[in-house]
Amino acid sequence: MITSMSPSKPRGRDLITDIASLRGDFPVLQQQVRGRPLAYLDSAASAQRPQAVIDAMVAQDSHNHANVHRGVHELSERSTDAYEGARTKLRRFVNAESTDEIIFTSGTTESINLVAASLGTQILAPEDEVLVTRMEHHSNIVPWQLICERTGAKVVPAPITKEGELDLDGFRRCLTKRTKIVAITHVSNALGTINPIKELIALAHDVGALVLVDGAQAAAHLPIDVQDLDCDFYALSGHKMFGPTGTGILYGKATLLDSMPPYKSGGEMILTVSFEGTRFNTLPHKFEAGTPNITGVVGLGAAVDYLSAIDPDALADHEHELLDYATDAIKEIPGARLIGTASSKAGVVSFLIDPIHAHDLGTIVDREGVAIRTGHHCAMPVMEFFGIAATARASFALYNNRDDIESLLKGIRIAQEIFK
Amino acid sequence: MNELQDLYREVILDHNRSPRNFGELDDADRIVEGVNPLCGDKMTLYLKLDGDKVEDVRFTGTGCAISVASSSLMTERIKGATTTESLELFERIHDMLAAPDFDVATANADLEKLAALSGVREYPTRVKCASLAWHALKNALTGSEAKVTTE
Ligand SMILES: Cc1ncc(COP(=O)(O)O)c(C=O)c1O
Repeated sequence: MITSMSPSKPRGRDLITDIASLRGDFPVLQQQVRGRPLAYLDSAASAQRPQAVIDAMVAQDSHNHANVHRGVHELSERSTDAYEGARTKLRRFVNAESTDEIIFTSGTTESINLVAASLGTQILAPEDEVLVTRMEHHSNIVPWQLICERTGAKVVPAPITKEGELDLDGFRRCLTKRTKIVAITHVSNALGTINPIKELIALAHDVGALVLVDGAQAAAHLPIDVQDLDCDFYALSGHKMFGPTGTGILYGKATLLDSMPPYKSGGEMILTVSFEGTRFNTLPHKFEAGTPNITGVVGLGAAVDYLSAIDPDALADHEHELLDYATDAIKEIPGARLIGTASSKAGVVSFLIDPIHAHDLGTIVDREGVAIRTGHHCAMPVMEFFGIAATARASFALYNNRDDIESLLKGIRIAQEIFK
Repeated sequence: MNELQDLYREVILDHNRSPRNFGELDDADRIVEGVNPLCGDKMTLYLKLDGDKVEDVRFTGTGCAISVASSSLMTERIKGATTTESLELFERIHDMLAAPDFDVATANADLEKLAALSGVREYPTRVKCASLAWHALKNALTGSEAKVTTE
């Protein structure tokens, strides 16, 4: 099952390089909001779905739905094939060695909770440390805090710089022989920072720690190769990569997953049950108790197909062009302050326009049909670090264009007019 | 733009720019903290009572224009009022912000400047911003909890 191909470069197929042509694939974007063309700049919160994903889910529900892994009948077989077929797609997408290493979850949050509860209980002892970073999403902080409370271990935050980059020396200093787990984000949702995770993983492994990467913000933008990264766990969410909500995966190295205790229990995850004792199912089913989100997983598989057909370099160019365009324009606005100016960034611009509160800005640009996120972005330690309560955040995906940014700039001008 | 002007009326912008009764109150006998977890807004309300009267009231915190203006307008209005009047006002404002059958036309008569907050009715996501200070007030007067959130 080993593949040496990069997941983003399937052979024998021409990859799509005309990124601008993809916008038409997203029905939700073909509408007016408040009388203006919708400028959807909130993909970091949740991305939109292409018709192909919608169609795949409708087809599953219209023709194939049945429970998986249990029936001998035709529909159950079709559903099982579709569900397990999606697992194969996800394996290829992150370049895992085996489909046993792909656990379907409800998303990044559940994936992290799974590792925290299962592995955390197994390996954490008093005085041990879980190293996170100060730029983590709450979902990569709180599960660790809870498990540390129960095990007596401690969550340690690695520092960040005023540019919003990880402080590498600080990170190194935090790594000690007490560090048992390192949980880091691939891309920061609040700042856009792309972390040098391959390097961080190697540093963590040097002290014998296991590494979980929060890939929620990476999957729609960067090629992921878990073998090349050598991460122990990788979590992602379907809805941030053009798939449905309630889906996601946990990738874990098979040897680790094998030795970890189950996280949820019930049907599907067992081989035999008796009151004398229960034998757990093999991977990946051991971690998938209960009837899964079958239609959602089929949709996630379709999202992977969609993304895998796109040339990753062209995608990166497109998003960087938008990022630079928006960054340069916002920087020029009187009173503007950019939060997160890392040298390596994904398509996220977090900003403030003094003296306008982000929340007011969000309401005003919404009247121009512009959807942005305002608030703390579930990253309150980041806000605290910058001494602010909230930012406005525009985030870009493959379907955005300069017109979207122009609408945002127009909305900002109107806000400035109101608050002048 | 017109609808926006209904939300961001001059009174609101003015009270946001120069909030009244802003700052701590050293001899307060009720201090209540209000947070809006949705946007991270925080305000602290300080009340000094003289029997049944709100002798002095001040607030501190950070927030959007709606929440700052609402706090400022509230303190201006309740300073010198009785606690009963203040609680009645809480109910009236509560209705004005969210009750479906509230008649906005009647608001100007008794609410005066506070009627400016009625623009929030058209912005359901912002009702919490406007009501934060009022929930803090209610708690300060009824003494239920020292911390309120709009969730
Ligand atoms: C960096 C990061 N991690 C984790 C999550 C949680 O993802 P989900 O809500 O899909 O579980 C998010 C979503 O906002 C995120 O941006």
